[in-house]
Amino acid sequence: MRGWLVVPAVLIVVVLFAYPVSWLLVLSVTDPEPTLRNFKMLIEAPVYLRALWNTILISGSVTLLCMLLGYPIAYTMAHVGDRLRRLLVFIVLFPFWSSILVRTFAWMVLLQQKGLINKMLVDYLGLVETPLTLIYNRTGVLIGMSHILLPFMILPLYSVLSRIEPSLSQAAASLGAPPVRSFVRVYLPLSLPGLVAGSVLVFVIGLGYYITPALLGGPGDAMIAQLIEMQIADFGNWGLAGALAVILLLGTTMTFLLVSRSLIEGGP
Amino acid sequence: MTWVYSERFWLSLRAAICLGVILFLISPMVIVVIISFSSAPFLTFPPPGLSLQWYRKLSSSSVWLDAIATSATIMLPSALIATAAGTAAAVGLARGRIPGAALIASLIMAPMIVPVIITAAGMLGVFRSWGLQGTRLGLIFAHTTLAIPYVVFTVLAAMRLVDDQLESAALTLGATRWRAFWRVTFPLILPAMLSGMLFAMVISFDELVVSIFLSSPTVRPVTVQMWSDVRGDVDPTIAAIGALLLAFSVGALGLETVLNRQRARPVVAAAAEGTLPQGVAP
Amino acid sequence: MTQGLLHLNEVSKAFGTIIAVDRICFSLAEGEFLSLLGPSGSGKTTTLQMIAGLTHPTSGEIRLAGRPIGPLPPYKRDIGMVFQNYALFPHLTVARNIAFPLEMRHMRRAEILRRVEAVLRLVDLSGYGDRYPRQLSGGQQQRVALARAIVFEPKLLLMDEPLGALDKKLREQMQLEIKHLHKRLGVSIIYVTHDQDEALVMSNRIGVFNRGRLEQIGTVEQLYEQPMTRFVAEFVGESNMVSGAVREAANGRCTLETADGPLRGRARQAFTIGSAALISVRPERVRLEPEAGAAGDRDQIQGHICEVIYMGRLRKYVIDTAGGQKLVVARQAAGVEAKPFSVGDAVVATFAADDAVVLEDTR
Repeated sequence: MRGWLVVPAVLIVVVLFAYPVSWLLVLSVTDPEPTLRNFKMLIEAPVYLRALWNTILISGSVTLLCMLLGYPIAYTMAHVGDRLRRLLVFIVLFPFWSSILVRTFAWMVLLQQKGLINKMLVDYLGLVETPLTLIYNRTGVLIGMSHILLPFMILPLYSVLSRIEPSLSQAAASLGAPPVRSFVRVYLPLSLPGLVAGSVLVFVIGLGYYITPALLGGPGDAMIAQLIEMQIADFGNWGLAGALAVILLLGTTMTFLLVSRSLIEGGP
Repeated sequence: MTWVYSERFWLSLRAAICLGVILFLISPMVIVVIISFSSAPFLTFPPPGLSLQWYRKLSSSSVWLDAIATSATIMLPSALIATAAGTAAAVGLARGRIPGAALIASLIMAPMIVPVIITAAGMLGVFRSWGLQGTRLGLIFAHTTLAIPYVVFTVLAAMRLVDDQLESAALTLGATRWRAFWRVTFPLILPAMLSGMLFAMVISFDELVVSIFLSSPTVRPVTVQMWSDVRGDVDPTIAAIGALLLAFSVGALGLETVLNRQRARPVVAAAAEGTLPQGVAP
Repeated sequence: MTQGLLHLNEVSKAFGTIIAVDRICFSLAEGEFLSLLGPSGSGKTTTLQMIAGLTHPTSGEIRLAGRPIGPLPPYKRDIGMVFQNYALFPHLTVARNIAFPLEMRHMRRAEILRRVEAVLRLVDLSGYGDRYPRQLSGGQQQRVALARAIVFEPKLLLMDEPLGALDKKLREQMQLEIKHLHKRLGVSIIYVTHDQDEALVMSNRIGVFNRGRLEQIGTVEQLYEQPMTRFVAEFVGESNMVSGAVREAANGRCTLETADGPLRGRARQAFTIGSAALISVRPERVRLEPEAGAAGDRDQIQGHICEVIYMGRLRKYVIDTAGGQKLVVARQAAGVEAKPFSVGDAVVATFAADDAVVLEDTR
């Protein structure tokens, strides 16, 4: 009887979400008439292939960056006292709750020719002679997306790290393992599930990103989402947009499935 | 103890990296706030002086005031409906013994998982044919749909923490099913509901991608206004609006943290435990 | 004195204002089995961790084989350690867990395999090499932890309450196995436990810890027959405590004036006349007679039986004495017993001065 409580939410999601999304996906094969032409166009035109490849490359690079930046923070969060940890959690969560637009805009300010970063590099530190181009190119996109997606790496990773028994590192030391070997042979393997979870999250979310690449990237950095927007807003080509949406959704789903499959098989 | 020094080396290295990453995470937003108080009409940092002129400009700009009003009048109904429907769904899923509950849960969570651009494009096409494109109602519908998964997730987590034996105990003590729910379970999930509502409010207020597709020159939330300005000539007014948005987010997060100091602290605790789903839509 | 394998000299550990370990001194001979016995939080695990190098003393010195161990990090100390929760690496098989310390020492593959096999046989787990820790029972995991800690033939083995998680029967079986292993390998062992029966079964010597201090260290017999503090008398075995004032003290003997009359016992320390002290006598050293007998060298206390507890091997009697104290007397339930007493019976409890110890009243 209480089961009926789910009805309003289900109704909302089905009518306002599932139907529109399915409608769009179906368009990929029905616009302008039942055809596979849209998919053919995607595979044949280099423009689209390049954009698809860009998307994967950018998302992958961001994932790598987030791994490198996020691991030390997650490790620290798992190894400090309560008060410091809560502070760190707050610091990691806060960007999470802020508008992506504002954050991306902040990077626009920081990365411009006369922005703070260039000012520091050229005027204050004297490391380079001319200001670097950090915006409207791949670098800007990578920096901006890493910034926004970092919490998605840190939080799942932290969750796994915080569950690793401290006695395991102690045991490794008592058995003769110096710190680096102990980390590589014992701690790192045990943290792998968290690393994988965080990476999948970052990668999959990054695939569908729109705002940040649109504002920080150049024309050669266009990702799938931007393409979809262009097809609809500029060309009114819904069929193609639908096809792109299908590909994006497939990529997202497949990544999830692949990873869960390998987690099940590969694990001990 | 010479070997303690090698331990100290790793500690310092790690602390240095962490400090760097934390700076990386926080400083962009701090800089936006600082620039919003700049006395110069461009986005230089550090600003030559401090002034409230951009905030004053905001408060007298009808464009921005309208935008804020639009955002607010969309956010409140969306958050309320999402919280109501989401809480009901969470209760139903947790206690209702529905066949295929896992499937239904996945369905309800879907708007959180599907890339927003796809949702946005789909909604544009369908809402347009329903005459909802460019209307406040359309945006309310869209934001509600996007927020529901977060409410469900938050409240469901809290429901799982509440022992269902508590309700059974209440029943043996003479309460009817409804009273048992209202007097026992409901107060315990209230913090989670409020968390969910706060989350829904922030999601709506910060929502951009779907809103771009569904707004019009007359119905335009703050984020969309900011989006169009950012790609043109920019002055620190944008920083001021950005700072206000940030203040709203921090306030909401702070409120959520304070509200949930005890055991059932869904969002922050879930974050601390790493069981959060994909977050705010890009 | 720095002979022997391990020597702790005035070792202390403070956490802020809390003193976890307070000026501990003891030595460990080669091949000795020493138990550190005490309640939770008494500092024994912290002491063990300092020996292993997982934490550093705030003062004092630890020497291993005559050389100070302080400068050595834990991974260079060559000390085996078995942790309370086993600390088996979940992502490695049993064989690889055991091989780990050998790999750290850059041993050749063939040699590693040989040693792992040998030690698996030693702990009776041959053939389990390819399993993962989570596939094993608690007792088996325990043995793998043990195997891993001895495979590199350390001179010293530290064990931190390793049997705590096992049920009684399994624990008793493992205690014997560890004891036998100790004899076979000749390795020195420091064993931390809060279970005195366990310590009694396995150890050559026991060190009793209380609130960070090492109250007494000695053989099982020494601790049992000649406790030096109230805590030791009560923690190791059971003891009756009768309080009184010192009336006479001479020649290693002491007489206390108690509510039940003058009672005599052995005294290791010097007591000032008039000071408060305790007489400690073990329940099984007290004899019960139905009525007072001739005064001899056994002190007599009058009382009534207020409770009888039948425990299979023993019968325990709780007695209300005339002076208002409670005494516990233990007698063998079967065998030479005229007849068991029942609740309400008037009895006279007697004990010899040689069976009693006078201790400081430290409470």
